[in-house]
Amino acid sequence: MSKERTRILVVDDEEIVRESLSAWLEKDGYTLATAPDGETAVERIKNERWSILLVDLKMPGIDGLQVLEEAKKLQPEAVAVIMTAYATVDTAVAAMKIGAYDYLVKPFDPEELSMMIEKIVAQQALLRENLLLRKVLKREYRFRDLLSKSPVMQKVFDLARTAARSQSTILILGESGTGKELLARAIHLESPRSDQPFVAVSCAALTETLLESELFGHERGAFTGAVNRRKGKFEMAHLGTLFLDEIGDVSPKLQLDLLRVLEERRFFRVGGSEPVSVDVRIIAATNRDLKKAVGDGSFREDLFYRLNVIPIQLPPLRERREDIPLLVDHFLEQLGAEMNKRVEEVSADAMRLLMAHDWSGNVRELRNILERAIVVASGSTIQAGDLGLAPQAAHAHGEHEGLASLDEVERHHIAVVLQETGGNISHAARVLGIDRATLYNKMKRYQLRRGGEEETEATSEADPHGG
Amino acid sequence: MTPVYLWWIGAAGADHGVLDLVRADAEAAFSLPVGHWYGRERPDDAFDPKRQQHSSTRILRWLADRRPGHTDKIVGITDADLFIPILTFVYGEAQLGGAAAVVSTARLAGNGARSGDIVLATRLAKECIHELGHTFGLIHCHQRGCVMGRSVSLAQVDAKDNTLCPDCWTKYRELQQRQEVTHE
Repeated sequence: MSKERTRILVVDDEEIVRESLSAWLEKDGYTLATAPDGETAVERIKNERWSILLVDLKMPGIDGLQVLEEAKKLQPEAVAVIMTAYATVDTAVAAMKIGAYDYLVKPFDPEELSMMIEKIVAQQALLRENLLLRKVLKREYRFRDLLSKSPVMQKVFDLARTAARSQSTILILGESGTGKELLARAIHLESPRSDQPFVAVSCAALTETLLESELFGHERGAFTGAVNRRKGKFEMAHLGTLFLDEIGDVSPKLQLDLLRVLEERRFFRVGGSEPVSVDVRIIAATNRDLKKAVGDGSFREDLFYRLNVIPIQLPPLRERREDIPLLVDHFLEQLGAEMNKRVEEVSADAMRLLMAHDWSGNVRELRNILERAIVVASGSTIQAGDLGLAPQAAHAHGEHEGLASLDEVERHHIAVVLQETGGNISHAARVLGIDRATLYNKMKRYQLRRGGEEETEATSEADPHGG
Repeated sequence: MTPVYLWWIGAAGADHGVLDLVRADAEAAFSLPVGHWYGRERPDDAFDPKRQQHSSTRILRWLADRRPGHTDKIVGITDADLFIPILTFVYGEAQLGGAAAVVSTARLAGNGARSGDIVLATRLAKECIHELGHTFGLIHCHQRGCVMGRSVSLAQVDAKDNTLCPDCWTKYRELQQRQEVTHE
């Protein structure tokens, strides 16, 4: 089976070498192709997948070492063997330095060639088997769209599966980018309500008035511009699940309204006088410390207890670093398909950077970084430089004199990104690897305006969510 | 009609005893009539003075051109040392799914075997069956002992049987049937 999959490209400017070598190997059942020069070889390596490259060292134009260099960039998993008419230590060293598997001196001893090819094929079969096993493991580590092998997350999945079967309200806690909405969707899909709607609302992205109308709908003429009656998210989620994201950012008035709905399972549309009854399962989420908010009076205690029936805490990525390679594999596959660009792995250096990164933006940040890396990667492997991690950090530090605190660095960096993106919040959030709601929160916290400049007293009343 | 012929194309005189054993083994291996072809011509232009060896590829072309009209396959047997440009030597070579094959005795007489003895004859028979198998479209086989196993050393030749393994036999029959259908 492995032989049929083994594709060998013979690169040599001598036709007789190409023909005799490919005819000899064809009898072993491998798929053979030839290239008469380096240029053709590079083109074929760009466009097709190869298991083994047998490359002549001396060719006019692009020589064997250059082909090897290109191959290492384009298809690092392909094993390259250099063929040479004269064995010199220099040649061998140069070839091995670039990453050749071995080199053969023409004419080859048939036993040596045969053994070498068999060994390479056996190694590649092992690699494929390893890949297959990793895929099987990935299925075991999956809970719908969430993926983790960490014991903490496995407990989260177990709790979520159990909670999904109940009707109880669930409160998902976790930093931005940890997958709160994915978990909410997964719970909905695992629940008896899975064939009913899942409706998500980000409570932080809207002003109080807009959010009220968004949640409860409005009657015709309820306010200027309300030309028609409009159903709110509660009604839209009837019989299904309503996901209230960033619940910690809801205003005191709306907290009270929500409390009433949760207690009575009915509400009034804005401007309406008839109560509307709904059967909705609530899943709320926040990245805030709600207990603390209850303590300082910014969040209603009664609402907190209504929501906190089944709390599920999602750990940040930095506390489950063992998931990084698994997630990298998953995102490369997913993003590769979405972006129609095949990138198969990250280099060892790049993986070291990823493992060491702080991941304040969690899994979403990882996904964004990989998306960017896939765009800039020139071959099928993401190199450390493609990640754009180190230069960003250096830039942030370089702008400050003396030692800055983390908050200062974050504030400065957000300001720079807002400036660079011309105040485009979505774009800036994407670059920063956080969602829009989190960016708004951070802008509020650091008193930054859309353009990255500091808020003055005159502008501090302006609504950062509007417009 | 004899579908397969063996043709001694060596410089020395033919050892008819050895050639008869090869013929009998090949007949048994493929269940086909195999005969001897006698011709005085030799592929003299196959010699490469630089390598002091004979080009098996050139011999194959020469054999295919001189194949008797009423035969499907021709196996040239020679005492010349054979090579293909990329390898230091070959025991033999065949056109995959083609008409011609060539096998050399030059390197089969090592490891204690002398010209004319049974060890050499057995090795020669195995290599002739192996190359003939290629002309029928068979590729190398990984079954232990199968004559279609790749052999690049005398130890590997000696470790093989002189017959096809069940898988290769089935494949050979399928290829034969396909060819018969094509001819019809």
